[in-house]
Order: sequence, then structure tokens, then C-alpha cells
Amino acid sequence: MELNSPDMNDWETVIGLEVHAELATKTKMFSSALNSFGGKPNSNTDPVSLGLPGSLPVLNEKAVELAIRVGLALNCEVQKSVFARKNYFYPDMPKAYQISQFDLPINKEGWLELPDGRRIGIERAHLEEDTGKITHVGGGGRIHEASYSLIDYNRSGVPLIEIVGAPDLRSPDDARDYVSELRSILVTIGASDGKMEEGSLRVDCNVSVRKKGTEEFGTRCEIKNINSLRSLGRAIEYEAKRQIEIIESGQKIEQQTRHWDEAEGRTHKLRSKEEAFDYRYFPEPDLVSVEPSEEWIREISGSLPPLPRERRHLLAEAIGVEPTETSLIVQRDLDTFALEAISSNANKNRVLVHLENNLADGVGELTPEAFASLTVMETNGELTSTQTKTVLAELVEAGGDPQEVAKSHGFESMDNSELEEIVDRIISENSDDWLAFINGDETERKKKSGFFVGLIMKETNGQADGKIVNQILNTKSKN
Amino acid sequence: MEATEIAEKVSSGEISARTVVEQHIEIINEIESDVNAFNLVTAEKALIDADEIDSKIASGETLGPLAGVPISIKDNLCTRGIETTCSSKILEGWKPPYDATVIEKLKEAGAVIIGKTNLDEFAMGSSTENSAFGPTRNPHNLECVPGGSSGGSAAAVAAGFSPLALGSDTGGSIRQPAALCGVVGVKPTYGRVSRYGLVAFASSLDQVGPFANTVSDAALTLEVISGHDPRDSTSIPEKPLDISGFLDQGVEGMRIGVIEELSGKGLGGISQDVISRVEDAIKVLSNAGADVEPASVPASIYGLSAYYVIAPAEASSNLARYDGIRFGPRTEAATTAETMTATRTKGFGDEVKRRIMLGTYALSAGYYDAYYGKSQRVRTLIMNDFAKAYEKFDLLISPTAPTTAFPLGDKTADPMQMYLQDVCTIPSNLAGHPAMSVPFGFGADGMPVGIQILAPAMAEREMFQAAKILESESGNGIE
Amino acid sequence: MVERISREEVAHVARLAQLALSEDELDAFTSQLAAVLDHAADLEALNVDDIEPSTHPFPLKNVLRVDEPGEGFEIEEVLEGAPEVEEHQFRVPPILGDS
Ligand SMILES: [Mg+2]
Ligand SMILES: [Zn+2]
Repeated sequence: MELNSPDMNDWETVIGLEVHAELATKTKMFSSALNSFGGKPNSNTDPVSLGLPGSLPVLNEKAVELAIRVGLALNCEVQKSVFARKNYFYPDMPKAYQISQFDLPINKEGWLELPDGRRIGIERAHLEEDTGKITHVGGGGRIHEASYSLIDYNRSGVPLIEIVGAPDLRSPDDARDYVSELRSILVTIGASDGKMEEGSLRVDCNVSVRKKGTEEFGTRCEIKNINSLRSLGRAIEYEAKRQIEIIESGQKIEQQTRHWDEAEGRTHKLRSKEEAFDYRYFPEPDLVSVEPSEEWIREISGSLPPLPRERRHLLAEAIGVEPTETSLIVQRDLDTFALEAISSNANKNRVLVHLENNLADGVGELTPEAFASLTVMETNGELTSTQTKTVLAELVEAGGDPQEVAKSHGFESMDNSELEEIVDRIISENSDDWLAFINGDETERKKKSGFFVGLIMKETNGQADGKIVNQILNTKSKN
Repeated sequence: MEATEIAEKVSSGEISARTVVEQHIEIINEIESDVNAFNLVTAEKALIDADEIDSKIASGETLGPLAGVPISIKDNLCTRGIETTCSSKILEGWKPPYDATVIEKLKEAGAVIIGKTNLDEFAMGSSTENSAFGPTRNPHNLECVPGGSSGGSAAAVAAGFSPLALGSDTGGSIRQPAALCGVVGVKPTYGRVSRYGLVAFASSLDQVGPFANTVSDAALTLEVISGHDPRDSTSIPEKPLDISGFLDQGVEGMRIGVIEELSGKGLGGISQDVISRVEDAIKVLSNAGADVEPASVPASIYGLSAYYVIAPAEASSNLARYDGIRFGPRTEAATTAETMTATRTKGFGDEVKRRIMLGTYALSAGYYDAYYGKSQRVRTLIMNDFAKAYEKFDLLISPTAPTTAFPLGDKTADPMQMYLQDVCTIPSNLAGHPAMSVPFGFGADGMPVGIQILAPAMAEREMFQAAKILESESGNGIE
Repeated sequence: MVERISREEVAHVARLAQLALSEDELDAFTSQLAAVLDHAADLEALNVDDIEPSTHPFPLKNVLRVDEPGEGFEIEEVLEGAPEVEEHQFRVPPILGDS
């Protein structure tokens, strides 16, 4: 179906996200099998994660602790929780029920702040177990054409936290900001590695549309199989357009679960509400309630590191910019680098540029101290911006002292008196051009300035700072 | 020979474990074909285990309290490498890769497993007729049922195949067959004995317990299998029971209540000869110095109704894992979903299907509150009424089963008639309290009658003291 | 007497439980289930609205396990007994439908 472009300006998209994150424990949620699922299929299993008859779940303390960390970081109320069985048959689920939390989740009612300061509601963040992994064989790995399937239960029973956000997001950008912020929080507090590509962070997306100015929510569809921030944005855009078009053509939206197809760039219907499972939730009789003591919660709360939101604000204040401008740096966990450089009096703009543009792929061997002294060298004119970039790349690659790295590249800055002598010599050797520079109009001046800078750079093997050369030329022309 | 006597003689070298096992195998060879107590007799393995015990004794090692004692195990307890079928076709041939905790404990105590006993499929029934491998017969009269669901274990002890057996009790499945077969059967406090490795029927009701010919043998066995197990979240964090040293302390000064609602005055269907045996028991206990009076547990009459919602509900979920993917036989079909359905349809017997459907219905959308929710509240009501009764009484008594053993086929056509067999035993499961059946003479038909002794949670010791008094005056002393 | 459970409901429940029933079985189960539910009707008269439901007979809470790996487990024993295995995985016929 080729979509027309309806007038998006009349419509508002309403988005709520459900994020599943794998918790960074050593062992599984309900048994002592390893929480690790590379490696040989089914090698990290035991009677519990295979759902063998007679096996019983016992809750991992660390999973509870990490869930509480998540709850506190998301400003939730941590409460008495009860596990429930969610019953449905699917071959990746060994017991034919998933142990999850239903009526009483461990965390309820919190919020997360986007970099622009808007607060997005968190309805709940509960614990549950992951399923096994199915590989479809034949038919190019597609489920409908496969000739058979293989099941690996290494992932079965891995602890998950499901974070259910309120429908407070209004655009693909909002959704991406929300997931980035959430991921950043999860990584910061050590709850999860947050890797979306590897499936340790999974996003389901509820989308509905409504006419701008109306209060009532439209019928929503849930989109599954979103594997990156890019596809999150694309899927929302596609889905919103699809829904608007249906409504504008006079039809009604059917509540559905839909599947995002990245290659085709569209969503497909998986099932509608009428076909939805009857999960027959009931309290899990093999587990008892979790009632964390005030003391335990306080202890966990006291052990939380500074959160991205705080760090964003702190850095913004230190630099003197808006928090929106520092969010990327915090997300990349580079704020210690920024603070170190700023407090050493490096130029703020140069610091921001390097952190945002030149360290996108990580800091490697670079230390905050080395970064600070490098940016200070740049600020003081000891290095040109191009030279700074070169040195920075090498520090990331191999570490070391910026002074020495600069030296090894021959980036020793010249002192200005030495430079002035060279400028004087070049002027006397090219007196006609010099006169043309002094007396010429704007165009002529520019041309001649380029000519002189070129000669001087050649003479200094590129080590002179272009800006300073220009300054010297200007000063001399006015004498 | 009693288990206590065997263990003593084996430990002192007076008799070899091999001889003991051989003697029991001989009895099995003689009459097992009539009784069909076993799904599997593990004679060869038992002899190897016996020899091992004998060589340990020869080398001066001290052995556990059950050294050389043959024991029969209900076939819903996992035994590593030994077929565990739950008397169901759906598990035919399944060899668990692990031992149940109670099996580990028995082995440690020196007991020798002699076979896996027959049961109603997945412990659902009260006659052991719902077995995929044919019914067990009552050793006292082969035309009659042994009761159920642990009918094989009760019959094995009554027939002299082994002095001890383990069963499981979800609504009376140890006590009712114990009564019908004239042996001692104990359901401990919920959480006293680990459920790890017990194939679940209804998780919040299931308890493992012993069968024996004498009260002291039952006490010893319970001591061996009790105690905290970190692999079962519902296991009570207490040391193993110590009962044996207190068995002869009598009931002097104890206040014992006779539950009116379960002794013919509330519910119909309790036969006159059973009621008169209860009256005899009252005299015996009074003569021994107890203060015996009528007691009321009004909500106990709702036990059966609540039970037949709660147990099937939990069972419907517990039995969902039998899908032909990871273990057990598979009925292959074109797709995985069809394979699951075909495997389950072929693998489960009618009673199991009935309860799965009943439980699925009770949990399904729209019916949860009316059935499951309400039954769980009634459960609280029953607990409250017991608590009130125990303000006045130390122990309670009632008949164990409403009738003596009935002929095979008598109740198979009408499930509801069969369910009524458990009317006296179910309340203790719902409350999680300990209860046991002690053989106390015979009915008009010459078949055994059992008296049920009920105690508050954790009060097994007092319960056994009363049982010992009844045993001494039961008139069917141990030959 | 009002039917406690309809034939259609039994069919639906059987589907949820992945059981296939013949027409005759459907009839028989419908009347048997109705009889059991009818017996449970004695609960209807009870007012238990202000009574908390009990999910466990013994009150325990916070039963937790330290996050340490357990002893090794012999997966081979399970795979040997499994219906169909390929490349150390459980093999199943095609899975149609969604995930
Ligand atoms: Mg969800
Ligand atoms: Zn989930």
C-alpha cells in the first residue's frame, strides 16, 4: 500500500513505549544457570530454565536489587510485589507460562525527564523472565516459509525489567529522546548494558493519532520488532500516517499488534484484539511476595551514581549552556572529560566540538586529564584545530601525553617573535605584493592575504597558526 | 519387620541390606501381579544399592537412620535416570536428569529405592483407577480400590512390598489411600518437606509425605525428608523435624476437638461404621487423658468447592509444559501448534483433561473473580475458622475418608462422586496444616478405617503423639 | 437448570488448553464440568468480599537467592531424551503465526 501524504499538521501522534531491558546479573532470574547466551545452544540451562517437571523457581536477589535501582532512578514508588503467571503456549516458552508481575509490580508511577526538561510518565517497571530463542530453518529464515525451527533455551529465564511509559510522547524525536535517556539511565546505574542491536534493550511502541486540540485518545496499535532508534522513528512515522489515512478515508482504526519490517519500511498486522490471548494471569504459587525493607531501599538509593539528568544540568551550568546542549555528552558518558577540560580553562566551544564530533566512537585510551591538557594547548594557540584533531585521534588510539604526541608529529608551536621575523623576511622579498595588499580593495586584499599566508605556511612547514599569521599581517599593514 | 528395626539390624550387621531387599523382592514377585502397586520395580538397582550399603558397613562407616530400608516412591517424584511417568502416557519413558530433594535425603539416610508406584494420572483422583498403566488394587481385597491418588504407595506398604513409601497429598492423596489400605499416612505442614522434584499438580496444595505400617516408622521417615530446601521458595526455613523422641509422651491434658462438620453432622455421605470408629477413637483418647469435645470449623464444608476450583486452576497452568518439545513422547503434526495439541490430546487421560479445562475456565477472562478469586477468599475463611478452633483445641480429629474402600469401577462414571472422597482431607490442604491418617479398626465390610488427626501449622509432634495413642488401641496391631 | 458452562465455552477452553475434542467428548465434558461448577455454586451464597484471598498457606516473604552460578548441569541427559534434536537444539515443525 502506497501511502498518500495526509495533512499531518491537523493531527497529533500519541506514543507510549514499553521497553524490555535485560538485567546485568550473573545468573538467571529464577535459577543459578548462567545469564549468558552466546556460546553453545542450550549449554546455559538447567531444569528450571528448561521448565522440566518438578523444577521450581527461586528469585535472584541481584535481579530484585537492579529492579529497585531502575525504579529509584525513574522516580518510581518501590512497593510490595507479587509474581504472576502469564499463560500462553509458544515453543520459546518452556513452561507455557511466563513468570511476570501483574497486579503488583515492584515499581509504580515514576517519571523520566527528557533533555528539554519535559517529564514523561512511567506507569510501572516490573520484573519478568525472558524466553528462549527460535531459529527458523529454510525459507531464508522467515517464519512463514521455514521448513522447521530450532530452539535454544540459553536466553530462557534471563531477568528482564519491563518499563511501561505513559502515552506522553508526541513525535518520533520524542520517542528517540526517551529511549536514549532511558538507555543512558540503565547503563549509568549498572542495570543493563542497554545494547539495542544485541537485543538487550527491546522497544514495543504504542501509537495512536488524534485531531489536534482533542483530548480523547484514538485507538492504538502496538508495534513490535523495533531494533534501533532509527527504525523506532521510521515505524512511528509510518504508523501515524497509516492511521491518519484510514481515519480520513472514513474508516475506523482496529486495535492491533503490528510488526515493523525494516527492509520494507512498513508495519504488518500480527493480530487484532479479538484474536489476543487470554493470558489467565494468577499469582505464581511457587514464589512468595517481595517486600523490600525501607532500609534496603535506602541503601540502594544511597549507592546510586549521579544520574544523567543531574549530570546534564551540572555540566550545562559549568559550561554556561542549556541542558539540551549537554545531553549528548552525558549520554556518551563524556561529562567527566568536559568538566576536567572546562575547569582547566579550555575553550568551551572547542571542548564541546571535540566531545560531540570527534569522540563519537568512544574515548579509547584517552584520559580526562590528557583531554584537558590537549584542549588547553589548543585554546592557548599552541596547536591548530587540525593539529588538535590529529593528536586527539592518536590519544584515543594509543593514549599518552598530548605534549609528546604533538612533538612527535612536529607540531611544536612557534613563538610569535620567530614567526614575525619570517613574516618580515617574506614581506621584504615580495614588496610589490605587499603594497598591493596594503593599498588594494577588499578583493585584492583577500587575494594577497591568501598569497602571504600560503608562503608563510610553506616556510614554517605548516606549523604556524593561520589565525595568528593573519593577525600579524593585519597589524603590519596598518603601521 | 518395621523400618526402625531393619535399620538397626542392618547398621549393626545383624542382617545384610541385600537380604532385606531380597526378602522384599520375593514378596513383590509373589503378589505384585495381582496388586499392581508399581509402575516400575527397580530390583536390580536396589540390590546394587544394598550391596553398597553392606560394604560401607563392612568398612566401618556409620550409616543414616534408614540404612538398608526398602522404600517405594510415588511415580511423580523425580528420580535421576529412572523413569518418572506420573502414570501418564505424556511422560512415558521420561528419565529426569535430577533427583527430587526428598530422594537425595532418602539416599543420604541409607534408604533403598525399590520401585516407582502407581498413581492416578498426575495425582488427579481418589482411587488410582485414572492411571494410564492400569489400576492398583487394594491388598485387603483385590476387588476394591486402594484409594488415591497415592494408591500404589499405600498398597505397596499394605502388601509388605516395602515398609515405607513416599506419596504426595494435594487434597488427601496420602491420607485417603492410607485409610483405605490400613496404613499410616502423613501430610506435613505445607513447606515442611521440599517440593523440589515433585511433579506439580497444584503447587499451593501439594506436599510430600510418608506411608508406613507404624506411627514411629512414619515419624522417622518424615524426620528424614523434612527440613529447609533453598531450591523451594515455599520451603519453611526450619530444621528437620524431631518427633521420634517425643512419641510416647501421650495426650494427657491435651484438648482435642472432633470436627462436627466432617463427622457426619454437617456433610452427608459419611458411612455409619466410619462414624462409629470415630466414636471409639474419642473414647481411646479420653481414656488416655485428653479432653475431647465437639469442635466446629464451619467453613470446612466449602472446602470441596473451593478445592475443585483452586487445584484445577493451578493444574491447568502446571500441566501446560507437556507439549512434546523438550521431553516425553511427541505426536508429530504439520506445525508446532498442531504438534502440541496432538501430543496433549493423545497424552492426557480424561480426568486430567477435565481438570485442565475446569481450571482454564476458572482462570479465564470474565470468570476469574467468580471462581478463582472467590475460592481464594473462601480459603482464607477456612484458615480463619481453623485458627478459631485452635484457640480452644490442640488437635482436631475426623474420619479420614467418608467410606471404606469401594469396588473398582464404582465411581468412575461420575467424577463428582469420586471428588466427594476427599471431603474430610481437603480442608487441611487449603489451610496448609499437617494432618495424618491412622488405621483404626475395620468397617462392617472388613475393610480398614482410618482416623484423621489434624494439627495447627508446625504442630506435627503433638499430632504424632495422638496418633501413637490411637495406634496402641486400634485393635489391628502390627503382625 | 441454567447451564453452568456452554458447549461453546468448553470448546473455547479446550482451544486455550491446546486440547482437541471430538463432538462426543465435547458433550460429555460439558455436562461433567457443569456438574462440578454446579457443586461449586454453594460458594455463590457466601459473602466474602471483605476477606482477603490467600494464595499461599504459609506466610513467607522475600525468599531470595544469591546471584552465584550453580553446579554444572548435564544438558546431554535432556537432549538424549528429547523428541527431536538438531545441533544441540530442540527441533520443532514449522511455527506459523507470530512471536
Ligand atoms: Mg507488555
Ligand atoms: Zn513483558
